Amino acid sequence: MKKITVLILAISCLIIASCSSNDDEFAKNTSITINFNHTWEDEEVTSEDFDELKFENENGETLSIERLRYLISNIYLENESGTVTELTDYILVNLGDEENLTFSSENLLLNGTYNLYFTFGFSDEENYVEDGYTDLNTESFGVPSTLGGGYHYMQFDGKFLDDTDTETGFNYHAIRATNVMSITSDDDLIETDTSFEVDLGEIYIENNTVTIEVEMDIAEWFTDTNTWDLNTLHQMLMPNYDAQIMINENGASVFSLVEESEED
Amino acid sequence: MKSYHYIFLLFLLVSCGSEENNEEEYTPKYVDLEIPTLFQEKLIAPLIPADNPLTEEGISLGKKLFFDPILSQDNSMSCSSCHHPENSFTDTTKFSEGVDGNLGIRNSMPLFNLAWNFDERFAWDGKEFGLETQALEPVTNALEMHSDWTDVVNKLQEHAEYPTLFKQAFGITTINSTYVTKAIAQFERTLISANSKFDQYLLGQTVLYENELNGLTVFLSEEKGDCFHCHGNENEPLWTDNDFHNNGLDTNFTDLGLGSVTGDPNDNGKFKSPSLRNLVFTAPYMHDGRFETLDEVIDHYSEGLQRSATIDPLMKQIDQGGVNLSQTDKADLKAFLLTLSDYEFINNTNFQE
Repeated sequence: MKKITVLILAISCLIIASCSSNDDEFAKNTSITINFNHTWEDEEVTSEDFDELKFENENGETLSIERLRYLISNIYLENESGTVTELTDYILVNLGDEENLTFSSENLLLNGTYNLYFTFGFSDEENYVEDGYTDLNTESFGVPSTLGGGYHYMQFDGKFLDDTDTETGFNYHAIRATNVMSITSDDDLIETDTSFEVDLGEIYIENNTVTIEVEMDIAEWFTDTNTWDLNTLHQMLMPNYDAQIMINENGASVFSLVEESEED
Repeated sequence: MKSYHYIFLLFLLVSCGSEENNEEEYTPKYVDLEIPTLFQEKLIAPLIPADNPLTEEGISLGKKLFFDPILSQDNSMSCSSCHHPENSFTDTTKFSEGVDGNLGIRNSMPLFNLAWNFDERFAWDGKEFGLETQALEPVTNALEMHSDWTDVVNKLQEHAEYPTLFKQAFGITTINSTYVTKAIAQFERTLISANSKFDQYLLGQTVLYENELNGLTVFLSEEKGDCFHCHGNENEPLWTDNDFHNNGLDTNFTDLGLGSVTGDPNDNGKFKSPSLRNLVFTAPYMHDGRFETLDEVIDHYSEGLQRSATIDPLMKQIDQGGVNLSQTDKADLKAFLLTLSDYEFINNTNFQE
């Protein structure tokens, strides 16, 4: 009887020791913070830089930023076995408001390697939910039904020096591409989902607190794939189907993962 | 002797009990703001400060104070002197006259749907943070009521009714400016306008005429009115972004607007976007009441824009003065704007003296 007791105790200790020495097999509460940083090429951009004609785009135009708000949706992690953990459904990032540059969530995660993804804007499925989004309506971020409805992906406003050296406003607004305003028959209607998924690459989660630094290089909106000419494309871009396609193409190189840090 | 003690004890208990009953009488009744269907469907919940919940007694007291000239230096002027219910709580003059006969420097702002101003910056230049704080200033402003809070509080404290009303609303016996403005803010938060013809159209209760529908298209078109970026669309029933913009009124500024509050020259000439609800009642227009008619307002955006360093980038074709709307589009735009008029709001007896 004594031997059996000792044996049970020994096995129990072994099990406990085995469990405690292998944290990787147990999901744990992990705090993930994503900071949205902004640059013009290599220079940091904050709201302090607003209203100054201090940036030069690929096309050689000098410009200022007065407003930059954009929608990021479907932020998720995918581990090596394909399991997806959604961090949030959407957030509105506003460079003009420091409180809207950081997103945090608590998640049960295993230690390991994950890929981080998000969508710029809303996919059509999310853009046209029946009741819409009351918080985005309150933020005046909607797109009128006459322009296709749903929500802006981005409102990027400022001024540039045009060909005559005159300060001229630009409204680089991204929405779902549609030609609805330029057709006379519904048969000619074209609508294209111009939101796009961003693959930010791998992060490794080992500790309880993870901070991820995501960067938007604002200059990239004006180059690669299309060198943007503000003299011809500065306002009234929302009903311009081709302009929306170009914005979508340029967006592919805008976001990157610049740093990940962890704390116990 | 013993029985005398019992009777005394009983008296004390009865006495204590009746005091508790009196306290209960002064417990205000909490009120949930009645939120219109469209607002429920399309907007987040209104902002009610945790330290100033709405109560029947607080709202009633706020209404009484709003219409009472006791707040002014010579008891001649109330909040309602410049904020008439029949004018959607503004007045009909370019600038309002204060108790000393002097004119203010800005047009009186209409008052409605204030609980949905989530940035909580009030007044044309955003100088007031929070409705309660906003209500402090006109009382002492030399161009308005030109009073003194100590005097006002003394008058209220000595009044036949107010001490009881403050006790019932807030449980206080000593009146002060904080509770006066809390009560006024409670009343102001009940001023909800959401029953215009266009609201009814969105709810499927009426139809719009063809010119009104075309006006809506002009309003929502980036190539024509492009009004929606600052004033919302069919899913944003406040018809304002509650933000500050320079809408191209002047090349040089005599009034710096937001810039005078922030000290940032990049804010010079920026003023709060007013809601476009109830325009039919709120002339004249703009922060300085410079336009007497809606036609003048539309003409300004169509061909009257003035260039300046801080003009909003949403303003288009400034060298041509604007997008040069056709006469038909102008007339239709005006017709649409008038569908935002809420006659029920201005006739609501709950909002009148």
